[in-house]
This record gives sequence, C-alpha cells and structure tokens, in this order.
Amino acid sequence: MILAKPGYLPTIGLEVHIQLATRSKLFCSCSAKVFGEPPNSSICPVCTGQPGALPVLNAGAVELALRAALALQCQVHPTSVFARKNYFYPDLPKNYQISQYESPLAEKGLWEIPGSPTKKIRITRLHLEEDAGKLLHTVGREALEYSLVDFNRSGIPLIEIVSEPDLTGAEEAFRYLTALKSAMQYLEVSRCDMEKGELRCDVNLSVSESSSRLGTKVEIKNLNSFRSVKDAIQHEIERQSQMLRTGARILQETRLWNAQGGLTESMRSKEEAHDYRYFPDPDLPPLQLNPKKIEEVRSSLPELPASRKNRLQTEYLLSEPEAQVLTLTKPLADFFERGAQHLKAPAPKAPDHSTLVRDFSNSLVNELLGKLHAENLEIESSPVGPEFLAALILLRTERNLPQKIIKDILEAAFQKKEKALLQEDPATARKTAEAWIQNVGIISDSNSLTPLIRQALFENHQAAEDFRAGKEQALSALVGSVMKKTSGKANPQQVNQLLREALGKK
Amino acid sequence: MTDIGNLARHSAREIAEKVRRRELSALEVARFFLERIQRLDPRVKAFLRVFPKEAEGAAKKIDEKVSRGEPVGRLAGVPVAIKDNILVEGTETTCASKILEGFVAPYDASVVQKLKQEDAILIGKTNLDEFAMGSSTENSAYFPTRNPWDLRRVPGGSSGGSAAAVACRMAPLALGSDTGGSIRQPAALCGVVGLKPTYGAVSRYGLIAFASSLDQIGPLANDVADLALLFRVIGGHDPKDSTSLAGAPADEELTRLKPQISGLRIGLPREYFTTDLDREVAQAVERAAKNMEKLGARLSQVSLPHTRYAVSTYYLIAPSEASANLARFDGIRYGPSLLKNGKDTASLSLETLYEENRGRGFGPEVKRRIMLGTYALSSGYYQAYYGQAQKARTLIRQDFEAVFQNVDLLLTPTAPTAAFLFGEKTSNPLQMYLSDALTIPANLAGLCGLSLPCGKTGAGAPIGLQLLGPPLQELRLLQAAFAYQESFSWEPCPLS
Repeated sequence: MILAKPGYLPTIGLEVHIQLATRSKLFCSCSAKVFGEPPNSSICPVCTGQPGALPVLNAGAVELALRAALALQCQVHPTSVFARKNYFYPDLPKNYQISQYESPLAEKGLWEIPGSPTKKIRITRLHLEEDAGKLLHTVGREALEYSLVDFNRSGIPLIEIVSEPDLTGAEEAFRYLTALKSAMQYLEVSRCDMEKGELRCDVNLSVSESSSRLGTKVEIKNLNSFRSVKDAIQHEIERQSQMLRTGARILQETRLWNAQGGLTESMRSKEEAHDYRYFPDPDLPPLQLNPKKIEEVRSSLPELPASRKNRLQTEYLLSEPEAQVLTLTKPLADFFERGAQHLKAPAPKAPDHSTLVRDFSNSLVNELLGKLHAENLEIESSPVGPEFLAALILLRTERNLPQKIIKDILEAAFQKKEKALLQEDPATARKTAEAWIQNVGIISDSNSLTPLIRQALFENHQAAEDFRAGKEQALSALVGSVMKKTSGKANPQQVNQLLREALGKK
Repeated sequence: MTDIGNLARHSAREIAEKVRRRELSALEVARFFLERIQRLDPRVKAFLRVFPKEAEGAAKKIDEKVSRGEPVGRLAGVPVAIKDNILVEGTETTCASKILEGFVAPYDASVVQKLKQEDAILIGKTNLDEFAMGSSTENSAYFPTRNPWDLRRVPGGSSGGSAAAVACRMAPLALGSDTGGSIRQPAALCGVVGLKPTYGAVSRYGLIAFASSLDQIGPLANDVADLALLFRVIGGHDPKDSTSLAGAPADEELTRLKPQISGLRIGLPREYFTTDLDREVAQAVERAAKNMEKLGARLSQVSLPHTRYAVSTYYLIAPSEASANLARFDGIRYGPSLLKNGKDTASLSLETLYEENRGRGFGPEVKRRIMLGTYALSSGYYQAYYGQAQKARTLIRQDFEAVFQNVDLLLTPTAPTAAFLFGEKTSNPLQMYLSDALTIPANLAGLCGLSLPCGKTGAGAPIGLQLLGPPLQELRLLQAAFAYQESFSWEPCPLS
C-alpha cells in the first residue's frame, strides 16, 4: 500500500446514495421492487414523466429517511423543501430530478465509526431524492447501435448522505461505509445490496501540502463496490501526491474510476460542470414534520450495531471478534440472541452458560453460516431456527455427543427443510432435536463398538503395545482409528474408555 | 317536445334537466352541437379536434341509462369542449404545439374523469396559444382562432378556442386553464363568463403544466349559474395533486346558485383604473359598479400598492417554472422526433437530437419563455431574478390579504382593451404581455376571480368586468356575479 508521503494530507468526504426499502416508489404507487424485473414493467405516467402527471410524496419513504437521519444524530428540519435539479439525459424522464437542495430533510449529524480508536465523522446533510432510469447499450451480449431506456428504477426513493471531509484515508473510508451500511440494515432503512444498486458512493478528495490550506477537490464517480472505493482513494491520493511532488497543478474536475485499469480518468472539468438551476418544485408543498412525529421515530429506533456489539460482549462474555461477526447484520444478531437465551442447561451437570454460548456461537458461525453460504441463503431463510440449534447444543453437551453430530444434523436438515426445525417453542424444539439425534444414529452401545475396537487393536498392534508400555499419547491414534470406522458417529470419550478397558487399563 | 333549433339558447342546466326528464335525448343534443360546429367552426376555428363518433356513442349510452330509469349525472348529455392542454385518454393532446403532434394521452385528467362521471359529453378539443403562452391564440402552431363577434379580431387567449366555442354556442360549456388570465381575458373578449378558481380548488392532474404554481383549470359558460355548475363538477380535493386543497365545494349552493350581492363590500383598486385603460372599457366597468351599488353593494376605493410589480414578477416566475416543465418534451418518449424519421440516429449526438427535436417542435414565444426562465434560474442570477420575484409575489399576496380585511370582493376591468385585431400586438411581445396586467395578480396571490360581460364598445366588441375574491370564496364571487347578471340584459353573439 502506498501512503501519502509525510506532508501530503489527504482530505476525503463521501456522498452515499442509499435506496430506501419502501414497497412503492417515491412519488407514485409503482412497485419499488424492480431488480431483475423485465424492463419497463413497473412504470406509470408519473415515473415516466408523461405530460400532466404530478408527484405525490410517499410517506413511508419520509419515515425511513427520518429514521436514518436520527440514527446519524442529524438535526431534522421541521420544514424541508423539494427542488428540481435540471439537466437533460435520456434516463431522466422529466429532464429534471426531484431532490432537495437549499432545505434538506436533515443536517449536521455525527457518525461514530468503530475501530481503535473510534472516529467521529460529521454528516453535512441527508436529503430525499428520486432515482433516474437506466440506459441499456447491449441486449444480452450484443452491442446495440442505439440505446434503450428502462424506467423501472425511475422514481425509486433514495437518501443521499453527504459527509464532511473528515476522512483521511482509504481504510477509514472503508470502515465508514461498512458501519453505515450495517446501520442502515439494522434500521431496516435499506437492504444496501450494492449489486442491486441499493448503495452507491461518490468520493470527494483533495491532497494538500500543508494542514492550513486544503488542496484542490476532485470528485470520483463510478464506484460500484466498497473495494473500488478503497482502491480508487488509494490510487487518487497517490496520483495527486505525485503531481504535487513534481510541482504540477491539480485540476478541479470529476474523474471516473476504471476498475480494470486500476486508475481514475478525467470525465469533465469544473468549466464543463452542469448548472442545475435548482428551484423549489411547485408541484410539492414543503414537507412538514411535526416534532411529535420526530420524537416518536426517535424513540422507536432499534439498537445500532456498535452498541449491540458492546452489549453482546458484556452480556454473553464474547470476545470482541466474536461479537463483531455476530452483529454484522441484524438478523444474524437476532438469531444469536434468540438461541442464546435458551441455553440454560438443566442441573445437576450444568456446564456454565458462557461455554454453552461459545459452543452455540461457534456452531452458528462455523457450521450454519457455512451451509447457508454454500446454498446462497441469508440467515432469514435458514431452514433451521435458533431454538432448534440451541436445543442441539444443549443435548450434545448433556449427553456428551461428538461435535460432528451438529454438522451431520445440519446437513440432513438442509436437505429435508422440515417446518419443525423452525419451531419457536423451546420444549418442542428440544423434542425435535432429540428425534433428529436418534435418526442420525449415534453409535453408543458397547455391543456395536466392541468388534470395531477389536479390529482397531488388531490393525494398530504397535500403537496398542506402545500404550501398554506406558506411552499415553499412543491411545489417540487408536481412538482416531475407531472413530474413522464409525464415520465419526461414536462418542470419542466413550471410545477412549472402551479402549482403555480392552487394553486392561482403566 | 323542445324545439331543437332553440337549443343554442338553452343553458347547460336546462339541457341536463330535459335529458333527465326524457324531453330531449342526449343524442339529439350531441347531433345538434356537432352540426353547429360543422357549420360555424370553419369560420371561427375554435376546435383543433372534434369527436363526433365518441360524442354520439357517449350520448347513446346516457339515453340508455335514462330509459332504464337509472340515475344520470349533473351534466347528463351536456356537450363540453376541452382546452387541448387537458388530457383525454386515447385522444391526441397537443397544447397547440408541433412538439406534441400525434401524442395520444395515456390517461384521463382528473377533471375529465369527473366530467365523464357526471355524464357530460366530450365534444372536442379547443385551440390555444402554444402551451397556453399568449393572449390571442395567435401563438397556436396550427391556426389562430377568430372572435365570433368580429372575425377580424382575436378571441383572446390562451383559452381562446374554449371562449369562442362557448360564445357562438358550439358547446354550452368549456374548460380552460388560467395561468395569468387565460380564462378571464378570452371570456371578456368573447362576451362569455369564465372562472379562475382558487389555486388548488381544481385538480391539475392531467393538465399539461405551463407554470405549476399559477396554473388552474376553470370553467367557461354563457351564464353564471352554468359556470357554478361546471365548477361544482370539476372542483374538490384530488389525492393525485399534492397542491390540491382539502374540502369539496359547497354542493347545494353551487348546483342551485342564488343571486346575492346586497350588503357586500366591493373595493375598486385604484391601481387597476389607470390611464392605460381603454376609455370605453373604463366607462363600462364604472357603469357596472354603479349598477352593483344600486343592487345594494357598498363600494369603496382601495389600494393594492404592489400591483405595478405584477407583470414583471409573473414574467420571471412563470417562465422559470415553464423552463423545467417543458424540459420533458425532448422527442425521446413521445412526440415527433428525429429518432422516428428513420434518420441515421447512430451518427446523431445526444445534444443534436435534443436541439433538433426542440428547435423544430417549439414555436418562437415558447422558446422566448424557456430562455427567459433558464436565464432567471441560472447560477449567479437566481437571487436577482427568481429570488426577487418570489419576494415581490409575497408583497402582492399581502396587498390582497390586507385589502380583503375591509372588502368582500374587488371589482376591476378584466382586460385593458376589448378584442384587438389580428397582428396588432404580435410584433411587440411586451404590449401583448400587458393585456394580462389586470388578471395576473390573482394568479400570483392564488385568489379566485371571474370575468363576465358588462357592455360593448362602440364597434360592438364585448367588454368584461373582473370580480376577485379571497381564496376559496368562489360561492360569494359567483352569487354576486349572478345578481349582477340578472340586472343586466345581454344579447348573445349574433353569429349563426
């Protein structure tokens, strides 16, 4: 990684566009779930800019934007104004975009990004706006001589979150975005799926030679993953530092990130910048939010990832990395907490709660998430519920069953996908888990194990002799051999015991 | 049975009543007016399009409803002409512009839906100044409309087609739109009544926008009671228009309008009676004022000191909004376009496509206003033009608020002159703009206003007076106008 040379100070601000998770579009009742839908299948006179059509604001979008603004500790304006942003482009059906300009929904927020140490980033503003359509230049793999327009995205509700230039590097920008995305998902403001265009980011960056004067600002666009944001920032810091080193002048311009080439390319200079001629949209009265409504939304905000992580660490005695993973998404953290509360083992041989929790957390992260990932499923669509997984963990501990049993049962569960596996009642979940353990077939009776033990001793007579001679560690090879013969379905501790008996040592 | 030849003298209320009572069939009514259009319109040229088949089809359905004993709407069988900037689903809507030639409306405007619900018959689309920008219909890209009282003169504008159609009874009722006087000024010049409702009283959904903060759809008719009836039908809150006001208009009072002027305090704003006013117009309006006094109104002189800023304020705000509203006409989704001419579009840059489509599609007045508005909103000029205009608009609105503390209505001339000759003002846009000087303030302040005939010039051209009321006081306005109308004998347009 190339860092700015000492004396060259990068200053970075981000403009993030986030698609709100509403059912319908911002100014009409067309469905906003358009990803993967056939072109122009979710359109109407309003979102295709037909003559005479008028916008009507979606109250649900306002509520989500408000939630985001409050979570980012912004000052919410009781009155904000929609404005027309004028420019001509074929994906913009009215040739103006309805946005907010002089009076945005919210301003002056503060967002703390985790890490050591944590860092506070000031939020300049948060406003509502509509998305544009999409131009298609190819159909399938065939390049077209003309372009086609798909208006499905036209009118999709977005919020734009503009940060102050408080970021100082690529890594910090990456952390800011990761934390922001996670928070928006927690708040159920947005799904933030970048591949579906639900989160987009532009970068404003300058490099200065002294801390007292800022350098010339360059805007970078076309960043379609967090990775490209990081790479583009690194590249641009290097490019500008190099220019300053050679005494060249940096131009105020907009540049595009070329991910294949790993570099930014000039798109337009300051002189070519649009004059958007913003003015208040006369079709929409100012948006009024009464203070009671604002307070209502504020008090209904869910716990955000950073504080949930801290709470999980103290409440469940998890390590920081464990809590970090479990709070990555809200559904995952919810799954964990739902399961963890059932992990009270019955007396008398109760292992301590935190051990059970660690077991549960490991199975969740290593086994269940792995399976889900392999099948391209989200935790929300897991065929196994938290109560069932918790019951399995408890039973395994109580009956001293092999670790592998969890993996085997999950394997089978993913194939069968029974409704009972999602049972929320702990007692029922426990019964289901017992039945599944039975079915997976744990070999625990000595009659079945004895022949296998005999066979193992015969095949590994050297190890057997070593053990008899007092070499304690020789036993593990024998246990391994038996376990192999049972395909891991025996309890290793029981095998250990039986082997000792067979070798005449208790 | 009703004498069919007499239908031209029937009010819309009488027609609906007779259709309801089966004294007249809706089909007879439709055919009568279609025949009249066929006979008169070649001279007047009020219509851009007439719908004979659809009108007869709709009439038959109404007659069937009546004969089955089903209830019919308030406008049963009444033909209504629609200004061609209001969408009627499945029919061409052009705004009298080449840029929308061939554009078929994909939906009904809310007002059109309401007309259909009340069993009105949509008889045709009327001519206008392109995109409602003008005061004479001379800016129509197709042809100018003539004033039925004197075919050498303009009918006013921009709703000139609707006013002319109603004046010579090619339709008993019409819809217009009023952004700076476009209903009231042609109503005055054609000797009919026209109402500009309070901003927000009638839905704008489906009205092709010129200046969104000023546009209002409104009715034109031959008498005040018909005007009230049509206003009742089209008015009321519409969830599709965010600027639409809550509350339905007073149903019973508007449907059965009663004259009421006695005791009303009527103000005569000094600034509207200046030396620029045509002498005959001033005299007619002053006579009308005296008449109202005789009917029991209490007159007083009032002042609206910021009136002199109204025209320049309007010509910054309206073009600014228009420059954005008309941006969508680029030939990419609808309207004529180089894209459809089979040209080699691959070699065409996007800029060229926009320039060619818009350069060919818009007429000179529309271009002038788009440029004016674009300039007024430009970075560095915004505050000096658009910003200042908004401040002036507030002052003008406050003038009215103050004056309406002391008076119930205002009485003014509708236009500074009666109908002028074709070409008289086309060479001087500023002169043309001044013909709206007396109507513009009501749009800036969001008031309701109406124009009704109060006399004729020596040459026989109608003169209109304007009554202005506070927001949502249409009923007061209409009742006073009704009282005045009843005291005054008016010979309708002689063209037949």
